[in-house]
Amino acid sequence: MGNILSLTTFLPLLGAVILALFLRGDDEAAQRNAKWVALVTTVVTFICSLFILANFNPADTGFQMVEARDWLLGLQYKMGVDGISILFVMLTTFLMPLVIAACWDVNTRVKEYMIAFLILETLMLGVFLALDLVLFYLFFEAGLIPMFLIIGIWGGKNRIYASFKFFLYTFLGSVLMLVAMVAMFADAGTTDIPTLMTHTFGTENFSVLGVQIVGGMQTLLWLAFFASFAVKMPMWPVHTWLPDAHVQAPTAGSVVLAAILLKMGGYGFLRFSLPMFPVGSEVMGPLVLTLSAIAIVYTSLVALVQEDMKKLIAYSSVAHMGYVTMGIFAVNQQGIDGAIFQMISHGFISGALFLCVGVIYDRMHTREIDAYGGLVNRMPAYALIFMFFTMANVGLPGTSGFIGEFLVLMGIFQVNTWIAIFATSGVILSAAYALWLYRRVVFGDLIKESLKTIQDMGTRERVIFAPLVVMTLLLGVYPALVLDIIGPSVSALVGNYETALATFEAATQFAAN
Amino acid sequence: METIILFAPLVGAILCGFGWKLIGETAAQWTATSLLFLAAILSWVVFLTFDPSAHPNGTYTVNILRWIESGTLSTDWAIRMDRLTAIMLIVINTVSALVHLYSFGYMAHDENFKEGESYRPRFFAYLSFFTFAMLMLVTADNLVQMFFGWEGVGVASYLLIGFYYRKPSAGAAAIKAFVVNRVGDFGFALGIFALYMVTDSIRFEDIFAAIPDLQDHTMTFAWREWNTLNLIAFLLFIGAMGKSAQLFLHTWLPDAMEGPTPVSALIHAATMVTAGVFLVCRMSPLMEYAPAATNFIVFLGASTAFFAATVGLVQNDIKRVIAYSTCSQLGYMFVAAGLGVYSVAMFHLLTHAFFKAMLFLGAGSVIHAMHHEQDMRNYGGLRHKIPKTFWMMMIGTLAITGVGIPLLYVGFPIGFAGFVSKDAIIESAYAGTAGGYAFWMLVIAALMTSFYSWRLMFMTFYGTPRGDAHTHEHAHEAPNTMLFPLYVLAIGAIFSGMVWYGSFFGSNDKVGKFFGTPYAEASEHGDEASHGDDHADDHGEDHAAEAGHGKAHYNLVGAPGEGAIHNSPDNHVLNDAHEVPVWVKLAPFFAMLAGLGLAYQMYIRRPDWPRKLAEQQAPLYQFLLNKWYFDEIYNFIFVRPAFALGRILWKQGDTKTIDGGINGVAMGIVPFLTRLAGRAQSGYIFSYVFAMVLGIAILLTWMTLFGGAN
Repeated sequence: MGNILSLTTFLPLLGAVILALFLRGDDEAAQRNAKWVALVTTVVTFICSLFILANFNPADTGFQMVEARDWLLGLQYKMGVDGISILFVMLTTFLMPLVIAACWDVNTRVKEYMIAFLILETLMLGVFLALDLVLFYLFFEAGLIPMFLIIGIWGGKNRIYASFKFFLYTFLGSVLMLVAMVAMFADAGTTDIPTLMTHTFGTENFSVLGVQIVGGMQTLLWLAFFASFAVKMPMWPVHTWLPDAHVQAPTAGSVVLAAILLKMGGYGFLRFSLPMFPVGSEVMGPLVLTLSAIAIVYTSLVALVQEDMKKLIAYSSVAHMGYVTMGIFAVNQQGIDGAIFQMISHGFISGALFLCVGVIYDRMHTREIDAYGGLVNRMPAYALIFMFFTMANVGLPGTSGFIGEFLVLMGIFQVNTWIAIFATSGVILSAAYALWLYRRVVFGDLIKESLKTIQDMGTRERVIFAPLVVMTLLLGVYPALVLDIIGPSVSALVGNYETALATFEAATQFAAN
Repeated sequence: METIILFAPLVGAILCGFGWKLIGETAAQWTATSLLFLAAILSWVVFLTFDPSAHPNGTYTVNILRWIESGTLSTDWAIRMDRLTAIMLIVINTVSALVHLYSFGYMAHDENFKEGESYRPRFFAYLSFFTFAMLMLVTADNLVQMFFGWEGVGVASYLLIGFYYRKPSAGAAAIKAFVVNRVGDFGFALGIFALYMVTDSIRFEDIFAAIPDLQDHTMTFAWREWNTLNLIAFLLFIGAMGKSAQLFLHTWLPDAMEGPTPVSALIHAATMVTAGVFLVCRMSPLMEYAPAATNFIVFLGASTAFFAATVGLVQNDIKRVIAYSTCSQLGYMFVAAGLGVYSVAMFHLLTHAFFKAMLFLGAGSVIHAMHHEQDMRNYGGLRHKIPKTFWMMMIGTLAITGVGIPLLYVGFPIGFAGFVSKDAIIESAYAGTAGGYAFWMLVIAALMTSFYSWRLMFMTFYGTPRGDAHTHEHAHEAPNTMLFPLYVLAIGAIFSGMVWYGSFFGSNDKVGKFFGTPYAEASEHGDEASHGDDHADDHGEDHAAEAGHGKAHYNLVGAPGEGAIHNSPDNHVLNDAHEVPVWVKLAPFFAMLAGLGLAYQMYIRRPDWPRKLAEQQAPLYQFLLNKWYFDEIYNFIFVRPAFALGRILWKQGDTKTIDGGINGVAMGIVPFLTRLAGRAQSGYIFSYVFAMVLGIAILLTWMTLFGGAN
């Protein structure tokens, strides 16, 4: 099993190739076959990833199951997994079968749709597993193409505008990240991520165009990566692409976007920003914390007044990602544990919420909140599921949403109480917008003529939700499932960060004397 | 056994909520109810057999499962058993079991639902789930599990207030309850974070042990340095204010009456709303050393007692009168807790649970009889129609207004439950504040309590029938499933004060023994005897009869965390409360008589007076009727600005500024790039791929050029 990581990563791609080469025609049978091939592929991929999990030793904080091969142009192909990345891998493989099942009713260009998702899965897994800068960059950027197509081809009316925005944002970030990667290579002479993590990038202050750069090179590199990851998260104020992208994306696309793609930014911070540029992180950390606090309050308020369900949930996602960035840059055990937990949990919860919207969108073909009301009268099962995830979204203890939020807030409180106060006020606002949405859609009498015949969730829909409910509850009641795995790695990360900072401070002191 | 008590309601909720299709509605209801009765019976067994002296610190812990572990933060799902928990267990499970039973009758035919709709299993499942969450709250051995219960009961309350989902008012009230509670939780959460920061733990045991070292400790919070313990106590109390509907965060409680009446009895009178009082008592080792915070608690509790009583004077909805009465009584409990007589706060919590649940269930019985008419102006003369309910309500009223024989003492005072416990609070207030603000507020509130309680009785059961004649003709007595719970609660409302007087408000040796807190004889105030009596010693009986005049004084001693409640060495309120002047002891009694007389005059002898008075004092009447305009003010300064701000940030911030700016840049760059690529109409995917390939090419070139150099 020496190449289990590559196997898992490229299995979906294999499925895509099979579909592309062997599946012909566009009749109903072919469509069904395409869906089944995709479903089986993603399930097998999930099973493969279980082997990774089984082989994984949480106590070892280094990279495990490493594969390294020479690649073209003297570059290296290197994959590996550690306590930071493994759960993102698991999240991806766990959700993809559900995503495929969620697009069972799609009937336009099904084969291509399935191929897009399968390729997307490979690329997403690659991002979390790559241990080489170039490889990471390839996966990271290429991942946007299938997402792009998913929005652009299977999306809503305004899909061109949305994909345009999506492109512009991510493009600007990527260019800067690329420049930074080049600079890193120039400085360290390698693109090997584990080596780069031990490399100390320059910290001497210098000035650019008359502006003194504290932390020097590290700060600049940090900023370049930040430009890319902040857009991905997305952080305020570069978040406005997300609501539009979500609104236009098909349900399954929204699920992938919210549940997995958004986590790449957070993963990037943990993989690059903190370990490679500790001084830069320390210099810029307060900025991130401030932006995160603004994001939480700002986007929660905006969510309060949305008229489109998907937009509301998208804004709520931005607010929740605010907790993630905040936890990461609190740089203590609770903060980062909480941030990772929040990302995993948000994967289940936001995914489920978008599926919830999908359920009624499929029936009524509108996301307008005002078009609904009183659904509980005809859709009790739906009302229950939607209630459950609404509560999970507002961080109700007992659900996974609570643990992440709580740990992050606990972590940030030790760093800065002002930020903690603003962030904690998010629990009030989230309750307000989430319950306000729920009330308008589900509660009330069913008086709208158009809703009189709406049907409750069918078996397929219930089956899709079941694993999400189980995970949300399980992680809420027994979070050790996650915390035990990430704990040692996070603790090592925090330890290295503090050592690096101490060294830097000692050097600064020495220089000052 | 503790585990069974804790989980029986959860099992009931799951079986009833999800299994009713298999076993049928009635069987599901019985499952939930019988599991609750099981829990209630076991709770009494635990309460009666619990012996604090058998356990170190009067406490033992049952661990269930690991929960959050992150760095030095470590919490378990666990059951912490001590006297406070034991008291709460009987309160919660007794009332809950009776409310379950009552609901069989009350919820049998609900016209808010259509024919054939199965709402009953859902109702019972929610009730059982609520009970489980409440039990989690009181059995927690750490603050986070408590927070779980805290929010869990919030959700149950939300679901039950919004139970009549077709009514828009119910939906609004449900959201309001949840969000206002979240404001409290905001403070509670910050308090937990601060506690973890200074004690490195959130388990009660560790926190209590760390308290002595934290006196005079300061920490930075927001804009300045604070005394740590005062700050934390204050933050935690914000949580208590939300849950227990204290002034400023009380607005949700009256609206919560949108829920079915059994819910009001269980959640919004007897159990959930007392969680704040429980929190303050549970944190007594902290509160004792946070004088500024506890002064605030006393002030706010007294103000709430007064405020809520004034509003209660003029309400016409029978449930709202009782709701404001609850709010007011909770203020009494907070005064006691804030003064440091935690046992007295718990005493009133216990007695109040009985008589207030009874009043609510009685009101439910009236409403049931009157076909869901809740306006008292349409009642009148009902005592002949529903005599059993009438007598039960009478007992409840006698209890809440505090009827008893003043100054008579036969080892305990003689009187209804409310008489004993409320007078205990008022006497403590006099002793603790030297006859200050809190004392007078509570006495005035006692007068108003008596007035509005009797007003309710007179308007409902006396006089001539008003309103719809048809409804009055068909008024009928409730079925036995509804009456039986009333009978049981009546026993509590009559006797609970007298039976447990010694344990809660006796001399400190009895209280100490009951709560498992060490006590010692003090020759004079402030002077502890040199020998500390162990709590296991048994010579309290001899002195008890002379409480107030006795020769021996006892103080609660011991380190924080020893025993369920803690008193600091200079806390003598309980001893002083037994030695207040005679007029203080008589004050609440005469306040009660005055309220009764006034109500009798206005609603029996001269029923035309209220209307005249309202017209004469129109501004005051409107002020009270509109609950001091709190809702309007909050709407004006919080709710509407929040929506307006959201809209501004969305339209002006996101759409105009951010998107506008980016679009401006975009219009410049994108056409340029696409022209560069020679494919102006290609769409953005191409540009994107192009940019990426270009980027990789640059990277590779750079690496081949400079890579060899290193």
